[in-house]
Amino acid sequence: MTDRLDGPQTPRGDGDAVARGASPGPDETPPGAQAPTATHPALADVASGEDGSTSGAPPAVATGQAAGKVAYGASGVLGPSPKIALFFLLPAFVLLGAWVIYPIVYSIWRSLYDAGGGGFVGLENYGAIFSDPSTLTTIRNNLIWVVVAPSLVTVLGLIFAVLTERIRWATAFKLIVFMPMAVSLLASGVIFRLVYEQDPDKGVANAIITSVHDVFASSSGYPGARPRENDQAPVAADQGAVVTKQPAQAGQQVMIPLVGLRPDALPDDAAGAKQASATPGGLAGTVWLDFTPGGGTVNQIDGNERGMPGITVEAVSGGAVKGTTTTAPDGTFQFAGLPEGSYEVRLPQSNFSAQFGGASWLGPALITPAIIGAFIWVWAGFAMVLIAAGLSAIPRDALEAARIDGATEWQVFRRITIPLLSPVLLVVLVTMIINTLKVFDLVFVIAPGSVQPEANVIALEMWRVSFGGGGNQGLGSALAIFLLVLVLPFMAINIRRFRREQS
Amino acid sequence: MTTLTAARPDTGDAAGAVRRSPLGRVVDKLGGGLVQVVLIVLALFWLLPTLGLLVVSLRGDADNNSSGWWTFFTKPAQLTLDNYTNLLASGFTSSFWNTVAITVPTTVLVIGIAAMAGYAFAWIEFPGRDGLFLVVVGLLVVPIQIALIPIAKLYGFFGIFGSIPGVVLFHVAFGLPFAIFLLRNFFAGIPKELLEAARMDGASEWKIFSTVVFPLAKPAIASLGIFQFLWVWNDLLIALVFADTGAQPMTKALQSQMRQFGTNVDILAPGAFLSLIIPLVLFFSFQRYFVQGLLAGSVK
Repeated sequence: MTDRLDGPQTPRGDGDAVARGASPGPDETPPGAQAPTATHPALADVASGEDGSTSGAPPAVATGQAAGKVAYGASGVLGPSPKIALFFLLPAFVLLGAWVIYPIVYSIWRSLYDAGGGGFVGLENYGAIFSDPSTLTTIRNNLIWVVVAPSLVTVLGLIFAVLTERIRWATAFKLIVFMPMAVSLLASGVIFRLVYEQDPDKGVANAIITSVHDVFASSSGYPGARPRENDQAPVAADQGAVVTKQPAQAGQQVMIPLVGLRPDALPDDAAGAKQASATPGGLAGTVWLDFTPGGGTVNQIDGNERGMPGITVEAVSGGAVKGTTTTAPDGTFQFAGLPEGSYEVRLPQSNFSAQFGGASWLGPALITPAIIGAFIWVWAGFAMVLIAAGLSAIPRDALEAARIDGATEWQVFRRITIPLLSPVLLVVLVTMIINTLKVFDLVFVIAPGSVQPEANVIALEMWRVSFGGGGNQGLGSALAIFLLVLVLPFMAINIRRFRREQS
Repeated sequence: MTTLTAARPDTGDAAGAVRRSPLGRVVDKLGGGLVQVVLIVLALFWLLPTLGLLVVSLRGDADNNSSGWWTFFTKPAQLTLDNYTNLLASGFTSSFWNTVAITVPTTVLVIGIAAMAGYAFAWIEFPGRDGLFLVVVGLLVVPIQIALIPIAKLYGFFGIFGSIPGVVLFHVAFGLPFAIFLLRNFFAGIPKELLEAARMDGASEWKIFSTVVFPLAKPAIASLGIFQFLWVWNDLLIALVFADTGAQPMTKALQSQMRQFGTNVDILAPGAFLSLIIPLVLFFSFQRYFVQGLLAGSVK
């Protein structure tokens, strides 16, 4: 797959990796390669501010190529004895053996025993994983993660890489998007806990959402306002709305007294309530707060009772809304141009809902999407840099040839760029899938304790069960093995890809 | 790693050629203005959260509880360093030094041990070499979770559970596959003539490794070092399990405050910001190596 990107090349990389070394073919060594610190163009791109869209192999994909050609054909002639290899490898082997290989074996064995480790339970722990509702939730969440997050990150990385190709401040943009990768996931978690605060006066996400919302829908809600619940009241509550009990005719006065609100909860512009002046043929009325501290006549406008401005009023006939109006500061409303007939006057539910306070990001319903948002924030830069490197490696003449043949830009992108880019896209996707399978820190930090069962993922459940108070290392080991098994296919993909690059 | 360098000659060749991607052209035609606006908005999306953390860390509790951090644009007077002075007075510095004491030795050990192993994999022929290296490639993706319980038991047995050396060793072991992979690939790109000349001169393998190969690999080692440093500096899970309160790094110290997030913002925000200063400085100073490591190691 490297060959497709690179074109057939002689194995260079010998030459300029070591410029001052004895180079095999002098003409292979480019004059520019002075030091072994040479950079891939895509790196220079981030580093130097050059637009850098020059061609070059995407190193992610190609690392193995030069290696294979040089290394595996290299030693032998004067090769040292294999015993020396052991000396060089011993420290690594001891550490990998004791800290990685042995634990895999131990975990398999341990997963067959109960919480304390005393009783053999066979596959019971694995059975528990697939029958316990809480672990099933973690599996469901991991599934959501794996399906949603990697593809979003990859697509976003592709879009960023393409968009930044032609702007002057691409370097600045890439640095900004890439920066979260250097930051700990704990710090990212704290950052997003702040972003997702419910109160729009604290969390920037809801601050943005509510201010956008308020531009399109000015809601002055009266949560809690309601009609009196007795026979004398002319209006009654009906599924959250307030409706007149008797149908109203044109020319009639509709009185809508409401209670359940403190007088100081009325907006500042609320004026003393007035009788609406009924025009012939029109339907008019008053919505007011029918409450005077210390007395006052029920269902009648008393001296210091104020109207409720900004309430939406609907005239309904035969189930259909025939007219809509809004109350004035003194609480009066008036329908103009209603056809003859009798109407039910209705104050729809929207008048009484609480003011829009944004989404509850950290609540049980949105917690996983919210954390995935943070994950994308962290990893989009990774995808962007890898894909940008791949883009810059695409041979320009192939694209030019297609253009000369009359292909549209979209066709070129769809039919040539994307296929040539697919190895890189696959690397990004696989890396992200592995990351989402192992996702731990972000969930642990962002999800508040009360919501953690809803947001739980396998890696977190493994820790929770074994160390975070669960005290069941049998189930913990089974979860760890389960996680390893989930990663295995991607391990196989990596090994296969590596072997293909070697050959 | 090697192809990072191998790709370089192309830079010159392609300089005169058409350098934009097809979609880039469409974008040009649609008007760069729109793209600029979209990218500015996106950049804000990526910047605002971190800026928010910084500003929150610089505001008093009362201000944070009554208004959004963005009000500092109009009222910059509310900014104060009180949170930081309180945090440093409360003993947060010891967890900072624990982080350093875990991160620096880990980085040095990983580089040294992986360089030796990488050298053997690249330049010494021994039976089963290719198969063993494939095992290393496979170990790249093994989840850390698999080792938590067994190693906790092992550490308990040897009495190093909770201590900094235990944390360091765990980090070293799990850092090795990536490090060996990266360095072996870089070493393999070194021309064999160079090594054969040295071997002909009678230099020992150790001498070749330490005086020829290791110095040549500086760029790869820089990439690896930065990666490893950030990885360990930013770790939470390993510290959570293996570091007790006396050995806990910043991440674990902060995590223990998360339970009462609302009331602990005055600790968490400055603490999180302090913990990311050094990574950010490293990132901005050495981003080239950072990206190199990323590209070279992305099989991970």
